[in-house]
Amino acid sequence: MNKTPQEIEKRTIAVLVDNEPGVLARVIGLFSGRGYNIESLTVSEVDPRQRFSRITVVTSGTPQIIEQIKAQLDRLVPVQRVSDLTLDGGSVERELALVKVAGSGDKRVESLRIADIFRARVVDSSHDHFVFEMTGKSEKLDVFIDLMQPLGLVDVSRTGVVAISRGPQGL
Amino acid sequence: MSAEQKTGAEMLIRALKDQGVDVIFGYPGGAVLPIYDALFQQNDIQHILVRQEGGAVHAAEGYARSTGKVGVVLVTSGPGATNAVTGLTDALMDSIPIVCLTGQVPTHLIGNDAFQEADTTGITRPCTKHNYLVKDVKDLPRIMHEAFYVARSGRPGPVVIDLPKDVVQAKTTHYVAPEEVTHRSYRPQTKAEDHKIAEAVEMIAQAKRPIVYAGGGVINAGPKACELLTRFVHLLGVPCTNTLMGLGAFPGSDPQFLGMLGMHGTYEANLAMYNCDVMINIGARFDDRVTGRLDEFSPRSKKIHVDIDASSINKNVMVDLPIVGDAGSVLEDLLAAWQARELALDQKALKVWWQKIEEWRARDCLKFEQKGQIIKPQHAIKRLYELTKDRSPFITTEVGQHQMWAAQYFKFEQPNHWMTSGGLGTMGYGLPAAMGVQRAHPDALVIDVAGEASILMNIQELSCIAQYNLPVKVFIVNNQWMGMVRQWQELLHGGRYSESYSAALPDFVKLAESFHAVGIRCHKPEELDDKIMEMIETPRPVVFDCLVAQDENCFPMIPSGAAHYEMLLGPDDKAGKPISEEGMVLV
Repeated sequence: MNKTPQEIEKRTIAVLVDNEPGVLARVIGLFSGRGYNIESLTVSEVDPRQRFSRITVVTSGTPQIIEQIKAQLDRLVPVQRVSDLTLDGGSVERELALVKVAGSGDKRVESLRIADIFRARVVDSSHDHFVFEMTGKSEKLDVFIDLMQPLGLVDVSRTGVVAISRGPQGL
Repeated sequence: MSAEQKTGAEMLIRALKDQGVDVIFGYPGGAVLPIYDALFQQNDIQHILVRQEGGAVHAAEGYARSTGKVGVVLVTSGPGATNAVTGLTDALMDSIPIVCLTGQVPTHLIGNDAFQEADTTGITRPCTKHNYLVKDVKDLPRIMHEAFYVARSGRPGPVVIDLPKDVVQAKTTHYVAPEEVTHRSYRPQTKAEDHKIAEAVEMIAQAKRPIVYAGGGVINAGPKACELLTRFVHLLGVPCTNTLMGLGAFPGSDPQFLGMLGMHGTYEANLAMYNCDVMINIGARFDDRVTGRLDEFSPRSKKIHVDIDASSINKNVMVDLPIVGDAGSVLEDLLAAWQARELALDQKALKVWWQKIEEWRARDCLKFEQKGQIIKPQHAIKRLYELTKDRSPFITTEVGQHQMWAAQYFKFEQPNHWMTSGGLGTMGYGLPAAMGVQRAHPDALVIDVAGEASILMNIQELSCIAQYNLPVKVFIVNNQWMGMVRQWQELLHGGRYSESYSAALPDFVKLAESFHAVGIRCHKPEELDDKIMEMIETPRPVVFDCLVAQDENCFPMIPSGAAHYEMLLGPDDKAGKPISEEGMVLV
């Protein structure tokens, strides 16, 4: 029996599905029912004509579990394709965050200054708050949000990861 | 297609006919009244009225497993659908093709907590292969045909179609025939890649101690796949073992058959699995009942795993060569590749391997002694087998000790004759399943081997059996205990028999008579044969109450958390092998 090393790995998996009622519940139910992790999950229709949706899920597990996750996803009836973006040549991953910071005086100036460094945009403001919009890798968003913490962070909304493979090939 | 306006219910009946359905099992209710009305006005499809919806699904499972066709169920909304859930889960675990039509409240009431409303698609999502909620009558014919396709293709399973009442009452002219429907995404792989087949035969040719381990996937692949399995095993001259689900895939009395493997499998099958050097798994899924302790499961073998479901591969046991494909197609390719390459096994090594296996077989692990005035349960089942084997009976079972004894002592020479709840272990499965089998094979001998506890779980179906004159034989191995629970309490919980005694049992003979069946009771060993013959020759439903020894345990047994070589062969064998703490938490 070939024993593979049982280290926990993080993977980004793209799933192309028929956009039919309940398809997201099927995918989520599979993860919860079998005890797999979901670190991030995004879903949206990507081909309105053919009614395909794309689900991007960031998950973690041993290589054996990851293989199981992919096989289990693949056998769901409305699933068209499953692609392991981490494994298949790497991917570009992006996330968008809306970050609300309230305050005045130095803290307010400092938040704007850091936002500038991170290339975050102000999408809403008043005399005592900003809403920043920021796009980037999840880790970059984490750092930005951490920095906002002492400056009056009141609310965060994040999209979760969307990803696409590098190179000329499609899913 | 015809331009005539038809209701959804009529379209549904038409779709069933076009799918070749001639019988459905169901129970009416408010939400499905239009469908029952359409059923009333036709004669091509017979409806079997069960007595509880759970019975309908098991009956359809019995029908499906004994014919290879899709079993069809029709139940109402709310409680009708929730009662069907156990059967659906059972069919999912055992890969049985079922289409279950459930009524639903009208679309405008969905989500309003209406009378007899349940979120059927939500509830059944994890216990079906797929499910549908039909929102537009125009989609109904397509969904019906898709459902049959999904249920029977790839790894078969149950499919639910939830039908709001307004949808089945709405009218449409739109009908599509089965051949016009293709599923937009579901295309299971049935043919294996050539290089995998080549790799497999080369690996097998190197084997010194090979074994074929075949499961329900071969039976699901059809009688031809079972023939191919038999040819393959004969051609190679290797030993073959079957899982509980696979019994009948290979002839039970063939000298190359080692019997069932696993927790209550034979000594020779389990030791051959442990000691083999190449394992050829065809259509089995390394279930925990089969593997025992995983890190000691056949540790020195190279493993080939043929399965139509890629997610079954490398789930419990890592294998060396995964092959995704239909068991029949892969077996055909393996046979062709083996013959084309003129491969042969090392006959000397094979002879040594067989000698070893014969030594294990000589332990005669299923032996027991019938003496005294009390019938041993093993004896009862063995006699039942001996006295019925010439009639190729269809055997269903409930769940527990009697199920394992039936699996051990019956020899199934052909597929589709053994219907048992393997994956889910559903007590109450056997009686309704037997009903479905008998409906499919009216002239055959159909026996539900039951326990006195299990049979009470769906006893109401005796009424259905009476209504349709189904001459099902119910053979109750009555030891007045939930035997398998009692056995585990004896082995694992210090003999504290918590709630496992079958108190206040009915008089099964009188019970049979009140359900218009024949009741037979037997408690004397010398009367057993005659009474079994009386049962067989009665052309009516029979309930046979066979009173047996109360304290028999089912051996051999691999205790939970133990490895194949740690089998307990009998009651005297257990002292030296205490069950580990890890084993205690396993089921």
